[in-house]
Amino acid sequence: MEAINNLLGGSTVPDVLFYVFAALTLLCGVLVVANPFSRNPVTSAMFLVLTIISMAGLFVLLHAFFLAAVQIIVYAGAVIVLFLFVIMLLDLKEEQRRKINLFGAVTGLISVGAILTISLKALGSMPTGTDSPAPTLEGGTAALGKLLFTQYVLPFEVVSILLLVAMVGVILLSKKDLK
Amino acid sequence: MHVGLEHYLTVSFLLFALGLLGVIMRRNLLVIYMSLELMLNAANLALVSFSRFNDKLDGQVLVFFIITVAAAEVAVGLALIVALYRKRQSAHVEDLTTMKL
Amino acid sequence: MKYEILPWLILFLPLAAAGCITLFTLRYRTVSALLSIGAIVTGFVLSVIFINANGWQPSTGESIANWLTIGGLQVDFGLKLDALSLMMLLVVTGVGGAIHIYSFGYMHDDRGFSRYFACLSLFTFSMLGIVLANNFIQLFISWELVGVSSYLLIGHWFERPSAGDAAKKAFITNRLGDFGFLLGILMVWGILGSLNFSVLQGLLLQNSSALGTMATIAGLLVFCGAVGKSAQFPLHVWLPDAMEGPTPVSALIHAATMVAAGVYMLCRIFFVLNPEALHVIAYIGGFTALLAALIAVQQDDIKRIIAYSTLSQLGYMVMAVGLSGQTAAMFHLTTHAFFKALLFLSAGSVIMALHHEQNIWKMGDLRKKMPITFWTFLLGALALSGVWPLSGFFSKDSILAQALEQHNYLLFADGVFVAGLTTFYIFRLFFVVFFGKEKSEIASHAHESPAVMTWPLIVLAVFSVIGGVIGIQGIYHRLFVGEAEQAIGFGQMLFEPFAQAPLTASLGILAVIIGFFAAFTLYAKADQDPLPAKLGGLATAMKNRFYFDELYEATVIRLHDFIAAVMDWIDRWLVEGLGIGLVRGGTDLTGRALRLVQTGNLQTYAFLFVLGVAVVMWLVLK
Repeated sequence: MEAINNLLGGSTVPDVLFYVFAALTLLCGVLVVANPFSRNPVTSAMFLVLTIISMAGLFVLLHAFFLAAVQIIVYAGAVIVLFLFVIMLLDLKEEQRRKINLFGAVTGLISVGAILTISLKALGSMPTGTDSPAPTLEGGTAALGKLLFTQYVLPFEVVSILLLVAMVGVILLSKKDLK
Repeated sequence: MHVGLEHYLTVSFLLFALGLLGVIMRRNLLVIYMSLELMLNAANLALVSFSRFNDKLDGQVLVFFIITVAAAEVAVGLALIVALYRKRQSAHVEDLTTMKL
Repeated sequence: MKYEILPWLILFLPLAAAGCITLFTLRYRTVSALLSIGAIVTGFVLSVIFINANGWQPSTGESIANWLTIGGLQVDFGLKLDALSLMMLLVVTGVGGAIHIYSFGYMHDDRGFSRYFACLSLFTFSMLGIVLANNFIQLFISWELVGVSSYLLIGHWFERPSAGDAAKKAFITNRLGDFGFLLGILMVWGILGSLNFSVLQGLLLQNSSALGTMATIAGLLVFCGAVGKSAQFPLHVWLPDAMEGPTPVSALIHAATMVAAGVYMLCRIFFVLNPEALHVIAYIGGFTALLAALIAVQQDDIKRIIAYSTLSQLGYMVMAVGLSGQTAAMFHLTTHAFFKALLFLSAGSVIMALHHEQNIWKMGDLRKKMPITFWTFLLGALALSGVWPLSGFFSKDSILAQALEQHNYLLFADGVFVAGLTTFYIFRLFFVVFFGKEKSEIASHAHESPAVMTWPLIVLAVFSVIGGVIGIQGIYHRLFVGEAEQAIGFGQMLFEPFAQAPLTASLGILAVIIGFFAAFTLYAKADQDPLPAKLGGLATAMKNRFYFDELYEATVIRLHDFIAAVMDWIDRWLVEGLGIGLVRGGTDLTGRALRLVQTGNLQTYAFLFVLGVAVVMWLVLK
């Protein structure tokens, strides 16, 4: 352990891991959006899965263990799967049109540039060096559950109804003839 | 270098920007939708990091709800896309301009 | 003053009648007629009672509530009751009453029977308003109302385009005069600060140059109203065309009362007129008298001849006012009301009998067939000519005497000459219509008119005969000159003019005799008009009314049309084109520009959305 620490020159392992996972997330994100090699939506979906998993790693580094698990189970395990089902169902071909969408690229860059500059400038004015406090939230899952069922019980119930409604809606929408 | 809140937030912002780029640049409906999910995830990351650095669990609870709602939303959205595909035989965003004046 | 309520009743009863008829009884002809006739006859009776109780000089104007107070202007609604207004009250209600009764027979088959009587009552109300007004504002309001009533009545048969045009011509020409009138009123108010007649009279008696340098102009502007209303030159063109209305209307409005309103007004506000203004007034009156008489000599429509005769006699009255002879003017106005109404109503009787034929060369030999009409017309004609001892002689003589007294020999000669012309044209009419052979088929079937029409004729004839000697002149004299004439016996009154001014009286009689003989020789047995052969071009000019209408058409109307065209251009191109066009175009352009935003493309919307968010974020995080 000491050796690894010395090797890393003062940074701790969690910091290194952070950089690894962050880089992974961003790389996979880029590949979801602008993959130079393949315009197949399935490729995008695959890289999205990788992004999700990297993010789960980041969650773990932030001591949000329960959420990391939920992220993988729900997002990677259900949502992306659903995406893939639909892609397969629709049997989409590769985009046959113009490879580079000039209008889209320009507007995209403008909007992204705007948002990024503003956000990063705001971020820059933040006081740095906020240390993470001593982890008083170990056993976060139990505490999370407690919080969920006491203070946030109403949203909890409402969300369950929301899921029901979504289910009904989806069933209706996917019927062939609405008789 | 010690990793602080600002590092996580930077990652979050960059991820959000990537998602935004995707929404505006790509022309396949499903890819647009996936970029949308990317944006949601960026928000989740920001929330969790704030929760960690403020020593409160409320951020995590909110992320919990966001994930749930995102799941429901994906289900409904995909159903809509399927229905739309059935009607128009195309999932290309440039074919869907009936709202043009 | 006893029975103070009576003048108010007399004034408002006709208005109530008009209102009732218009609102409730338009379908019930007889009821409407009775309402209207009742209102005016009651007015006459009440006037008689009032005068009986209070004499001719009761205490003057009573004011009702203070009607308007704007800044320094205070206008009350009040009635002036002196000899002038009381005499006029009798004339309006008396002669008007006779004409109302006559109308019942004349308009019997008319479709607009009730409407006619409503308008007649409205007119009566307005005329009484003029006569009883005690301040300029009330006078002006009634003045305009009379114009409106005249318009309504001239255009009674509005289905005929000529009637509509004549009504408009009357109203608009009147308005021109009224414009000057209003300016004059404003000037008087501006300089003297009051609109009440008594107050103004007092101010001007104290200081006769109170109006300063504007005195002549103010006086002439006020006279403009009389020029319009009493159809003096140059606004005389509307009166002959006003004959498009029914004959009783011509009798009432355009002979007896409305046109006399101008003369009445001049006498009422006499104190405003300074010597220069009076000078102009006298000459305009004299000229009008001569012009109208000349035109009348060659007209063929029975009503037009009498209309021009009215114009001529009005000229006499205005001339008299201009010669400071208010007594003479009002005396002549009163007697003229009697015999001119009589002449018009007899003409109406003839027209009815001949089924609305108005050309005198299609009449003839009606003497035996319509005896009452014949005799009453004769009396009216004699009165008009000024034959002694009928009323017209006394009144015309007093005007001529006034001219002589003012040493205005030109106007005196003018008056005498016109007297001769008057006799000539009225007896031309008389001989052609009642003597000679029947000149058309219709004339042979004529018969006398019903009693409801002949009785008013008889009543008016009586007054035309005795009007000169029943003391009318004395009443006016007392008001205007301020001294009571000594009471003289009836016999003496008959010969009074010969005693006072023998030259005038004799010259007058001489003119009448010459005129009569000229008419007799030329027309007693004529089948067609012999004058054009003798006078050639002059006769044609007379027949064409000296081309005044054509002159106005070429100048004034042209100018007016031109201005209207310019205005139209401005309205169409500047106001509508530029003004509205700019707004319309601007809105259109903006709409089109905004439309470009709605591309229907999802990603465009997303882009714009993000830009908006960026702006908000920047503003918040700045």
